[in-house]
Amino acid sequence: MELLPDFRVATPVSIAAALAAGKRHPGGRFVAGGTDLMVNLRHGIGAPTALIDLRAIPELRGIASGTGGMSIGAAVTLAELAAHPAVAAHYPAVAAAAAAVGAPAHRAAGTVGGNLCLDTRCMFYNRSAWWREANSFCLKHEGDTCHVAPTGKRCHAAFSGDLAPALLVHDAAVEIAGPDGLRRQPLADLYAEDGAAHLRLAPGEFLVRVALPPDPWPSAYAKARARGAIDFPLAGVAVALRRDGDTVAGLRVALTGTNSRPFLLEGTAALLGAAVDAAWRDRLGKLVQKQVLPMRTTLLAAQYRRRVASALAQRLAGALGGAAD
Amino acid sequence: MSAARKRVRALRLNNRPVEVLAADNTLLLDTLRETLGQTGTKRGCDGGECGACTVLIDGTPRLACLTRTQECAGHHVETIEGLAENGRMSRLQRAFHERLGAQCGYCTPGMVMAAEGLLRHTPHPDEAEIRAALGGNICRCTGYVKIIEAVQDAAGTGAEAAP
Ligand SMILES: Cc1cc2nc3c(=O)[nH]c(=O)nc-3n(C[C@H](O)[C@H](O)[C@H](O)COP(=O)(O)OP(=O)(O)OC[C@H]3O[C@@H](n4cnc5c(N)ncnc54)[C@H](O)[C@@H]3O)c2cc1C
Ligand code: SF4
Ligand code: FES
Ligand code: FES
Repeated sequence: MELLPDFRVATPVSIAAALAAGKRHPGGRFVAGGTDLMVNLRHGIGAPTALIDLRAIPELRGIASGTGGMSIGAAVTLAELAAHPAVAAHYPAVAAAAAAVGAPAHRAAGTVGGNLCLDTRCMFYNRSAWWREANSFCLKHEGDTCHVAPTGKRCHAAFSGDLAPALLVHDAAVEIAGPDGLRRQPLADLYAEDGAAHLRLAPGEFLVRVALPPDPWPSAYAKARARGAIDFPLAGVAVALRRDGDTVAGLRVALTGTNSRPFLLEGTAALLGAAVDAAWRDRLGKLVQKQVLPMRTTLLAAQYRRRVASALAQRLAGALGGAAD
Repeated sequence: MSAARKRVRALRLNNRPVEVLAADNTLLLDTLRETLGQTGTKRGCDGGECGACTVLIDGTPRLACLTRTQECAGHHVETIEGLAENGRMSRLQRAFHERLGAQCGYCTPGMVMAAEGLLRHTPHPDEAEIRAALGGNICRCTGYVKIIEAVQDAAGTGAEAAP
């Protein structure tokens, strides 16, 4: 492990002060719980001159729920989110995903904003500085070749945050603060399919809150991981499914761990109006298999991740859809 | 150029106020072990994966290898050194000893602090709760069963009472 770079810490207590700190320190980074960023810095990835700790800003704190839905501050910890009774009651996929992150000590420090803005992961990247140097670095950082797809021109590191798919199936929006003020956009638009540039945030911009609309559909989240007690998802799947009698009236499926961004499955409209039976699940499974893009970024085979993503989607949708078989 | 200049940080350590010099980029683990000489907290993976450096911050288990000393100013940090009462091991420490929950002992301070954090808000945990609470702590020696029995013993939920 490397020593930490020579940074100073700023602790702004307002959005305006955080934006000003961002301007003052162009070589700085935002930080919250630090459970992702500190590890990368110890691996010699990046050398910020300043860390801007966002957790003391009141607008980023607290969970509010009412008739307008739910609003979750970006600095809310995963432990707070997982333990919130209204989240568990109305947005069960969100509570389950928060509870499935790392171990208790990670959830006590790790935040919603940090989880949504997690760096992408790859077995050639999440390594010590000397390991990466001995391997001539790679396209994502300091090198020019991708060891996963050497003839390609892009990084395939996988987005591996658990929370994003659960929020996506609940149609979440994010509030972003930046030099031009506050803006609100669908969470899905925060991400791009590029492992080296997966976040669509301009310099100086940061997440303030996540908004979940009211009247949520029943939902669930499940992940496959190498170490059962504590690990990033090899594939993580969230499903929200609304039934009308025996048939599916609404369906959203979102995935993490398989692509460079978390994403909503396309083409689910074709599955509406039917009952959840073996043939229906098979069609859903094929749709997942077609859209996931796992590459050899983990120790486990890409084909395993493709199949486990499909299996998890079928299992969750089967349970939510009241499959008879 | 003096970005890493040191400043005095006032915090509580094991129920006593302490003032310690630390730069913004100093880790709590280094402050505890190198500056304060409190070497009970162990450095295992040094990257958030093993739990050997688990301490309590305001009563909640946290990883000292991912925490900056600067973040702890004004907060209460508790380490394994703070558990003994009047020179006697706490009930939880005794249970680790008596139930053979420690072999080489390297993971033990982190295990004990993670378990201590659990027992403070869940005094009578079931086995699933104990396993979940210790999920981030790796032990290369015991195979975990003895550790779980030790926590059950301290909580009075074990199969048999302590000898
Ligand atoms: C051993 C281990 C296991 C883990 N397992 C999992 C797992 O199973 N699932 C999982 O999802 N994660 C896992 N993590 C990663 C991490 O603990 C969590 O994702 C956590 O939620 C990150 O939040 P944080 O506040 O600590 O982020 P930080 O480390 O503080 O920040 C992460 C990134 O987000 C940026 N950021 C933080 N807040 C904001 C904001 N408000 N706006 C814009 N950018 C922001 C930072 O600049 C940084 O780039 C694991 C980590 C470790 C060390
Ligand atoms: S996918 Fe390629 S470029 Fe991206 S981190 Fe892995 S090896 Fe590097
Ligand atoms: S040394 Fe901190 S988790 Fe391993
Ligand atoms: S007793 Fe040796 S690592 Fe746990």
